[in-house]
Amino acid sequence: MDSKLCISSSPHLHSKTNTRKIMLDVIIALIPTAISTSVIFGARAILLICTTTISCVLSEIISRIIMRRNDTSSDLSAIVTGILLAFNLPVNINVFIAILGSVIAIVVVKQLFGGLGQNFVNPALCARIILLISFPKDMSTYTFPFSYLTHSLDATTNATPLSHSTSFIPNYTDLFCGNIPGSLGEVCSLTLILGGVYLVIRKVISLTIPLTYIGTVFIFTFIFGKDPIFHVLSGGLLLGAIFMATDYVTSPVTFKGKIIFGIGCGIITVLIRVFGNLPEGVSFAIVLMNILVPHIEKLTIPKAFGWEGKVNEKI
Amino acid sequence: MHITGFLNLSVPPFKIHGGIKVPHLKNTSNSKCEILKDIESVLIPMQQHIGAPCIPIVKVNEHVKLGQVIANSENNFSAKIHSSVSGIVSKIDNIIMPDGSTTKAITIESDKKFELYANLKAPSIKSPKDLVNAACNCGLVGLGGAGFPTHIKLDLKNNQNIDTLIINAAECEPYITSDNRTIIENINDVIDGIKIIVKTLKIEKAIIAIETNKPEAIKILDKRINSKFSNIKVIKLESRYPQGAEKVLIKSCINRVVPIGKLPADVGCIVMNVTTIATLSKYIKTGIPLVSKCITVDGSAISNPKNIVVPIGTSIKDIIKFCGGYKSPPKKILLGGPMMGICLADDNFPILKQNNSILALDERESNLSEPSICIRCGKCIKSCPMKLTPLFLEQSVKNNDIDSLNKLNIMNCMECGCCSFICPAHRPLVQSIRLGKKILRNSKTIKKR
Repeated sequence: MDSKLCISSSPHLHSKTNTRKIMLDVIIALIPTAISTSVIFGARAILLICTTTISCVLSEIISRIIMRRNDTSSDLSAIVTGILLAFNLPVNINVFIAILGSVIAIVVVKQLFGGLGQNFVNPALCARIILLISFPKDMSTYTFPFSYLTHSLDATTNATPLSHSTSFIPNYTDLFCGNIPGSLGEVCSLTLILGGVYLVIRKVISLTIPLTYIGTVFIFTFIFGKDPIFHVLSGGLLLGAIFMATDYVTSPVTFKGKIIFGIGCGIITVLIRVFGNLPEGVSFAIVLMNILVPHIEKLTIPKAFGWEGKVNEKI
Repeated sequence: MHITGFLNLSVPPFKIHGGIKVPHLKNTSNSKCEILKDIESVLIPMQQHIGAPCIPIVKVNEHVKLGQVIANSENNFSAKIHSSVSGIVSKIDNIIMPDGSTTKAITIESDKKFELYANLKAPSIKSPKDLVNAACNCGLVGLGGAGFPTHIKLDLKNNQNIDTLIINAAECEPYITSDNRTIIENINDVIDGIKIIVKTLKIEKAIIAIETNKPEAIKILDKRINSKFSNIKVIKLESRYPQGAEKVLIKSCINRVVPIGKLPADVGCIVMNVTTIATLSKYIKTGIPLVSKCITVDGSAISNPKNIVVPIGTSIKDIIKFCGGYKSPPKKILLGGPMMGICLADDNFPILKQNNSILALDERESNLSEPSICIRCGKCIKSCPMKLTPLFLEQSVKNNDIDSLNKLNIMNCMECGCCSFICPAHRPLVQSIRLGKKILRNSKTIKKR
């Protein structure tokens, strides 16, 4: 035996998962929705997804270089943020606004707080909110589905099915398949659920947050006399509940915490949708709950196995 | 309280929290134990158990025989050490143990005759006291890996009412198959040992707990533990690490929770490793104390993985030579399994009483990947059998936050390694927790002063 041995702390075996594989699974889960949205809204949807993805990755690489930190773009988290950001934008938005959103998401929300694992709100959602406040008109001008085929001139609307003023009430099939105006990633419920099922099967996410979130929205819209199925299928609820509220970094790690988080998101969403001035409340609900995560976690730390109510002094 | 327990309608195995699926890697489960006797010398350290180290009672150049007591301690919380060969004591000096501590060690040059010490005789067991003395004179410790002196475990206090003896044959660590071989090759010793303990200590029932990944051993147990033994039951556990950890095993076998800081006896049961029982039984039959040990030699760097019975104190170099040497350059040599085993600095270290395997891992298997940042996935919390929060523990250790370490029950961690195994960011969580325990212990001693 000539070679020197390595000394390390146990365990010496390791599972095959790593951060990169988890992010890759999320990207795979987002692909069906990316396909469906480009069918519904045309090639411009693909352009937008590519724009935000590339600008997110570039923002990550450049900001890490400026901050003299090692490159982390290989963990693929910037790509996930990029795709999710595009999913939160209407299809005809100015490309420069999309790029600005990417820079806000990656540089301001993520890297300035320390990069992956350190940001306290979801980067894509926070960027969406900042864009919504800065460019309210651009961010709420939606295109009717399949209008790229007809080239009709009055193809845009300020209203999604959720808007208070709209008289346009689609049927459930249209809502489920995405035959409605809206942001890129929020229209087609079918592919969003498909992606969610993939993530659950791959054990990337647990069902706790999506179920409590959607369940709360269902129950509360019913209580307030609205159509619960319509509210679950419209707006960004499924996109938010499956892909954004389950973001590891900004959701609680404890089981009880996840339940509280999901219910909290649901209640805020319903309050904004039913009583607020805005038609949509998912992004605000999730970001507000993101901020509460450290407190939720502190209150929901599980009791250790064999815990009898006091710290053992005998060591 | 527990929905799962309710659904199970009190039929074991009961649901346990957390745990992980590890690769079985039980390559040697069918390899019969071979005996290694052709060794030049043995090196016997004085600390082969939890408790007070022994003090040598032999002198350099003294001739000792197989089974002769060569070290003892005045402290009861210790375990006698016997000579594992016959020959001449050539050296008594200090060695460094794998954990970094220093202890005395006796080197004995073997005359290769293995002459038995004349005073050895089989004890007769009539009272619980006899059983405790037998375990003490056998030098027996928990052979599952912990090395807790068996006579302490069997020495029940008057007010302790023990109704269940759990025989731990789970062997949940990957690679290791020595307990499996004990059942297959020494089933009579195992059954006789259980009968003696149950009868002497007046324990109602015994449970043999085994994981389902040992079909051959299960077949033998099912065949032998039949209607004749109404008080012995075999429970087949799901192969899930760390099923063999004492507190986890008690939960899954009899659905009792051992409170933090308490012992299994406090909830009315004793847990003993199956090889410990077989060794005790052998001692009661023959009077030969614990002088040899069946160990599994495996890992990606070993030419011929196999199970071998070696005298305690045999150097790892000799054992690996017996297994055909290294197939590829080893990067890590482990005493114990890959989940909880301890790394050695070189292969001159001897086999101790409580060791059950030697693993030599090559570079690829050694898994020397760099940790990345925690993404807060929460997998460590889900996998922790003690329901702890490893990611918060790591953070508190980093912040030197003693108050928080206490609140998060860091001392309840048994270092099973589930969290580090599952962590997608490859964070060394167990290492941080070990450091945290040290920080907490130091702070207590400072406070006391």
